[in-house]
Formats: sequence, C-alpha cells, structure tokens
Amino acid sequence: MNIHEYQGKEILRQYGVAVSNGKVAFTADEAVEAAKTLDSKVYVVKAQIHAGGRGKAGGVKIAKSLDEVRTYANELLGKVLVTHQTGPEGKEVKRLLVEEGCDIKKEYYVGVVIDRKTGRVTLMASEEGGTEIEEVAEKTPEKIFKEVVDPAVGLQVFQARRLALNINIPKELVNKAVKFMMGLYQVFIDKDCSIAEINPLVVTGGGDVMALDAKLNFDSNALFRHKDVVALRDLDEEDPKEIQASKFDLNYVALDGNIGCMVNGAGLAMATMDIIKFHGGEPANFLDVGGGATAERVTEAFKLILSDKNVKGVFINIFGGIMKCDVIASGVVEAAKQVQLNIPLVVRLEGTNVDLGKKILRESGLNIVAAESMADGADKIVSLVK
Amino acid sequence: MSILVNKDTKVITQGITGATGLFHAKGCAEYGTQMVGGVTPGKGGTEIEGFPVYDTVEEAVKATGANASVIYVAPPFAADAIMEAVDAELDLVICITEGIPVLDMVKVQRYMEGKKTRLIGPNCPGVITPGECKIGIMPGYIHAPGKVGIVSRSGTLTYEAVHQLTTNGIGQSTAVGIGGDPVNGTNFIDVLKMFNEDPDTEAVIMIGEIGGTAEEEAAEWVKANMKKPVVGFIGGQTAPPGKRMGHAGAIISGGKGTAAEKIKTMESCGIRVAKSPAEMGQTLISVLEEKGLLEICKTVK
Repeated sequence: MNIHEYQGKEILRQYGVAVSNGKVAFTADEAVEAAKTLDSKVYVVKAQIHAGGRGKAGGVKIAKSLDEVRTYANELLGKVLVTHQTGPEGKEVKRLLVEEGCDIKKEYYVGVVIDRKTGRVTLMASEEGGTEIEEVAEKTPEKIFKEVVDPAVGLQVFQARRLALNINIPKELVNKAVKFMMGLYQVFIDKDCSIAEINPLVVTGGGDVMALDAKLNFDSNALFRHKDVVALRDLDEEDPKEIQASKFDLNYVALDGNIGCMVNGAGLAMATMDIIKFHGGEPANFLDVGGGATAERVTEAFKLILSDKNVKGVFINIFGGIMKCDVIASGVVEAAKQVQLNIPLVVRLEGTNVDLGKKILRESGLNIVAAESMADGADKIVSLVK
Repeated sequence: MSILVNKDTKVITQGITGATGLFHAKGCAEYGTQMVGGVTPGKGGTEIEGFPVYDTVEEAVKATGANASVIYVAPPFAADAIMEAVDAELDLVICITEGIPVLDMVKVQRYMEGKKTRLIGPNCPGVITPGECKIGIMPGYIHAPGKVGIVSRSGTLTYEAVHQLTTNGIGQSTAVGIGGDPVNGTNFIDVLKMFNEDPDTEAVIMIGEIGGTAEEEAAEWVKANMKKPVVGFIGGQTAPPGKRMGHAGAIISGGKGTAAEKIKTMESCGIRVAKSPAEMGQTLISVLEEKGLLEICKTVK
C-alpha cells in the first residue's frame, strides 16, 4: 500500500526524523492559508500523487509570495500529471503539500528495503541524491553504500555512522544524519514498510539534515496490525476495479488489452497472460480467483472483468486441483447467466472431475467454447476477439 | 530415492482443527502419507477425525515421533508456529500459509540460523514424492513416480507442468513448491543441490516468475555445478512494472526482476526456457531426447 508524501512526512516527524514544515491543502484557499502559517519567504507547492518523477513533470513549484502560492495551487489542482511512473494516462492532482522553502546545500539518497537475497532489512545510501537510485546503481554502483541489519539487534549506531561517513555527510552533521537514519529504520520496522525511501535527503545552509521527499510503501500482508496506516489509504489513487477486487479478496491488476482472464493461482494467472500474448492477443487483466474459488467469487470476478469496457472476450483457465471442475463449471454457468454474457467465452478446465465439468458447460445452453488445453484456449480466444 | 520426503516421513499438522488444515490432513493421509497427528494450542488431548491433537509441537513430536510438520496457521500467528516447529527440532517444516508479513519472515530466518530444520515456503503448495509422500495442498493424482524433479515459486503452474509430464509418460522424483513470498525458507539453489545429489533424479524443471533475482542466481549455480539437465519457465513476461501480481514476491521494482532478464540469464547458463507455459513438458522432453535420457525417464506406462 502506498501513501502520499505529506502523510509519510507526518509519520517521520513522529519518529524524530527531520522534515520540512508543511501542510496539506485540497483547495487554493487552503494552500494560501497553509502558507500563512509557515515561517518562510519562499514556499514549495507540491502535487501529491502516488508516483515519483513529479518534479520533472512540473508538479513541484517554488512560490515567492502568497499570490504565487495561489496561482500555482490553481494551476496544479485538477491537472493531470504524467510521470514515468504514472503511465501515459497520468494522474489527476487532488491534493497539494505546501512547504517552507529550503536552502539546499547538497542532496543525498537514503533508503530502507528488504534485501531478498539475504532476507534482511538493508539501508542503502548515496551522495548522488535527487536522481533515480536505479540510475546511480547502473552508472556508478561504487557510489551506493549498504548496511545489512541483524534483526536480533536492529540497526546499530555505528552502522548509521559508517553510512553517513561513506556518503560524505559533512563531519559536523554526521550525528544529525545518524539520528535521521535511526529514526527512519524504526519507522520501517514499526510500520511494516516494504520501502522507506528519502530522495533527496538534504543538508541545508542552516546545518540541518532533513527529508525533502518521502516515499513510504507498506507490506499489505501486515496491514492487519496497522489500522493507522490503513486510514491513510487514498482510494482516488487506485484503479476502481482493483478496489472492487480487493473487497472480494480477488487478486486483480488492470492491463491495457482486450482479453479478460480468470485463473486460479497467481503463477498460472501470469502464465495465462503470457500465453495470450504468445498467441498474438493482449490480456486485459491479471486475475487470480484463488484456490478455493466459489460460485460467488467466480460471479464477482466475472462482473469485474466485464466492467472493463475494453474487454472483447474472456478466457477462463482453471487447473482444478483441490477445487473440483464440476463445481467450477457450475459457478461459471451461474455467473454467465447472471451477468448476461454476450461476448465470446473460452473455458479450459483441467483436473478433478474434468469430464463432468465439461459436460455441465456443454449442456448449459450458453455459448461457451471449450478448450482442450491452455494453448488451445489461448488460440481460440485470440481468434474469437479478432 | 527422492529428496526431502519419502514413505518414512512422519508428519504433524499445525492448525489441524481449522477447516483447511483438517481437509488437507485427510487428503494427505488418503494419499498414503504418515499423518500422525496435529497441534492446536488449547485443544491438546482431544482427537479430530482420528488424528490425536496436542497443545504444543514438542508434545506432538514426543508422542508421535514425527520428523516433519505442515503449517496452515493463520498469517498473524504463522511465524510463531514456524519457530515453534524449529525449536522442536523437526527436520522439515512446510508452511502453506499465504499472507505472512515479510518482517515476520525476516525474524524467522534469523531465528533459524544454526538450527537443523529446513523450512519450505511459506505461501507454497508443499512437497510431494509421488507414490510415497504428499505434504501440502497439491492434487496427488496428477503426479506419477519417476525421475524428473520440479522446483517452483508457483502452485498451479507446478500442477500444469506435472500434468504435462505425466500425460507424456514422464514421472516425477519430487516436486517442491518453494513459495511466492520474497523472504522464504528454501530457495532454488537449495533444491537444485538436492536434486543434483539425488541418484533418482535425472533432470529438473525450474519454474520461476518475475521479481527478485533468485532465478538468475540459480542459473549461475546451475552453470557452475549442475550435472543434470535443467529446463525452465518464467511467468509474468507480460506483467507491468510496479504491480504486485498476486504473489507478494512477484513484482518488478526499479526495472529489476523482469522475465526477459531472467530468461536471458538462464539461457546463457545452459537452461532451456519454454517460450509458452504450454510447452514446459515438451521443452523437457526435447532436452531429454538430446541427452539420451528420455527412455529412462518414461516411467508412466
């Protein structure tokens, strides 16, 4: 789960991690009011969307007066920002963060991630701040420093100090940088983050070490123990179909193609998208109905797929292991009747009671094309939507 | 011969009084696995469908002589269940539970350092040695005893591969689901090592997916060490970046962990990769043919 920059900074503040003073605003009036409360002559007006690359896309403005704050707020609110992370359709700006301007001396990078190879929480830092860390990793990997944390004792001060020294934080500010990193690590652990990335971390003319930006992502498996984090979810930032899917515990990801897919199991669901592409089609979605797909879930999954107006055909690919094929077939028939399906439907069933399942589909009176195998099914649905 | 589990493996089920745990305990017992009991704290001393229930893993091990455990405990309590099984010094712990917080698994991995237990999973279908022992949620009947090992991050995609093999007359030595989570107990290399040393495994299918670099590391290991042919498949060639595709670990982040990158590395390390998921079986068969191993691997009459 993602949150906005201003929400991330609020959490950081609670852990003693230095961030600029600022306030969220939903209207231009609120933006001006927010600016008035700040102790600064220069303000930064920042678009709040769940995507990086806002600066380059024109989503961050420097205002030198309250009038300029209003002008920029009006300009940004309602604007669709297209960044390298939003996709070509972009994201509409509905919230702004108004902050005190900051006298930046140098920009750095610090991030906390889980390293899959070691299975450990790892801090990464670099003196190449402000640019994409992936780019730094590619071009100058020697400029990225890492500290692997032993979960039994947590991040140690000497590790944070070594990191600060490695990235050339000015000597007199190393202790501030250490406090910053210790706080950031604690946020990561306490809130079950999947990423806590500060890019850039800045050293200011006034001798502060603070977060200019903040990206916190959370492990969705751990949200059950973080009601405070769940409360920060912004549904405007999510695909409505994905929100609907999450209500029914369906794993759904919207894609650009026109062939809807319904599959049991994440791996098979990915492979089904791949095989559609392999046969010359374009998948409209990833959808895993889970191992225990019931008739109700199949129906909801159907509705979800059909709510995508681009969908011109549906491919159901089920490997019924524990789930019996006849149960799934009945669910499909029931659902197809309920949603009054009028586009091609190809069903591939394999597994327990497969013959009975196929018989149910055949005798349903519905226009269902049975497939003999995954490849056969992909081939059939691709030619049917052409 | 086989790896990890065989006809002598004695298994307890943690979370046996839950609907899922009980359903699969029965299924595995029907398959022929020695399912010797279960653990549900607070229900010790009772019996459910013929399985004795204990309060703790330690007690269950003492009473039944179990050397393996399978876990269906709900996500908030699953990490604790794994550590309890490790503390009881079981040889093998298989965690089926999906949805365990990653930081819980980070702690579990640290706790397991220097301990004797091997953990498979979490978020996996389990392990099966066809005809001998099935531990987990996979449909037993699609498997057949044989000489091809399978290791996979995905459940249903493994069934797909197994099905393609069995219907082509190729049986399996052991099929291992290592699970779809980013931090897990056993990785590809661990399993490949075991298959490499198993005299009854002639070839291996390795099924990966987007996210992380485990497949690349495994491919490099195969190139340097593997004496047996390995073929592969990578799911998620059409997955968009930044989106979690069902599995917690299946995400392309920062341009890393793409299918294309994995396939490229695997092929450069001598692993033939099936272009389509429908061709996993055929890809293996063509490699077996080239190596003169097809006849010996045709174990299904």
